[in-house]
Amino acid sequence: MSLKPGEVNLGTSIMAVEFKGGVIIGADSRTTTGSYIANRVTDKLTEVHDTIYCCRSGSAADTQAVADIVHYYLQMYAVQNGAPTVPLAASLFQELCYQNKDNLMAGIIVAGWDKELGGSVWNIPLGGSLHRQPFAIGGSGSTYIYGYCDAQFKDDMSREECIDFVKNSLALAMARDGSSGGVIRMAVITEKGVERIFIPGNELPVHWEG
Amino acid sequence: MSSIGTGYDVSVSTYSPDGRVFQVEYAGKAVENSGTAIGLRVKDGVVLAVEKLIQSKLLVPGSNRRIQSVDRHIGIATAGLLADGRHIVKRAREESQGWRDIYKQPIDGPNIASRVGDYIAAYTLYSSVRPFGVSTIIGAMDKTGPKLYMIEPSGLYWGYHGIAIGKGRQVAKTEIEKLNLAEMTCREAVKHAARIIYEVHDDAKDKEFELELSWVCEESGGFHQMVPKDLVEEAEQLAKAVDDDDMDDD
Repeated sequence: MSLKPGEVNLGTSIMAVEFKGGVIIGADSRTTTGSYIANRVTDKLTEVHDTIYCCRSGSAADTQAVADIVHYYLQMYAVQNGAPTVPLAASLFQELCYQNKDNLMAGIIVAGWDKELGGSVWNIPLGGSLHRQPFAIGGSGSTYIYGYCDAQFKDDMSREECIDFVKNSLALAMARDGSSGGVIRMAVITEKGVERIFIPGNELPVHWEG
Repeated sequence: MSSIGTGYDVSVSTYSPDGRVFQVEYAGKAVENSGTAIGLRVKDGVVLAVEKLIQSKLLVPGSNRRIQSVDRHIGIATAGLLADGRHIVKRAREESQGWRDIYKQPIDGPNIASRVGDYIAAYTLYSSVRPFGVSTIIGAMDKTGPKLYMIEPSGLYWGYHGIAIGKGRQVAKTEIEKLNLAEMTCREAVKHAARIIYEVHDDAKDKEFELELSWVCEESGGFHQMVPKDLVEEAEQLAKAVDDDDMDDD
């Protein structure tokens, strides 16, 4: 399903990466309606449980609605069974994305920390399939950085290494993709909890600009 | 309301003045008259055993099973009305598969017990239905180890180390209490379970019975399976020997 006239789009560059103590997720902050930037400081990193987040791309309305439903399910689950795992949350996202694939425009990356797996990253692309990956990139901007990410990614990076990897990858994507831009928002998710990191638009890493 | 009785025992949606629901208690009677079923939770798994009374010699041996599998890691033993037991197992299977569909993971012990318990309890709330005439023993292995539950016709359930339901439950329970379940392996528990079933069987009133034995344990790879033939035969021989000795004492 394509966007309806006037529908708000998350033109988007998003990514999530496993590192030594957990995961780091990141996103640009641009939301557009056609060529107009509806919001230049959007937060596309959405909490669905204490240490489980999702990165949203596609229709803003669809992905917000799906994240809200999963947030509700996980609250209900946690009340009865204690903290949910990341694959369980990812499975709920997949169920909604697959069953409603004809009516949705949603590409979601689920990432977080749990007691069983530690940090894990789960990618749910457009058709509603589910893939565990050591790192995942998504959104229109991601197409420009596949090669860069494949070349730069390493297993078991340190926190600082991983932050730099996410920051540089997103900056490159935002520089090339017209539908991505603004600021970089990141979140470091570990056993201890969630730490938010903010990179203002005038402090983005600068690469070749011609 | 012209005839006999108080009228407080005809519906499940009417309390008696002292706060009882007689229909649920009658359902309990259906269980009390059934062949015994026991469950033992030991250190490496759960063993289920049933004394299946044979209604007719014309029945094919092994028919009308009272221990059934719900999922790869869950088994149920029932005592009471056979058909109600099958219905409960059907529902448990649906709940188990439903959980897998949504969460992509096997359902754990507490959740399957809760789902089946809620279902049974719902049949004590409406005048249009009758309560189930079965008590249900659920044996399972999940991420955190072996689990054993027993659900009564009221829907009430608890987790147990060991439990017995049906005709021989009193004797069986006192036997189970003598066992050191926390230290025991399933291989040992199988022998005890067989022995207890043979011991509680009343061959004056009920002539024939079949012993059903199943387990969910490390040895069965976390799967619910009928206990292998050689082990059952060994356990049955031991049970018969012990049972004969008891006779001599009397």
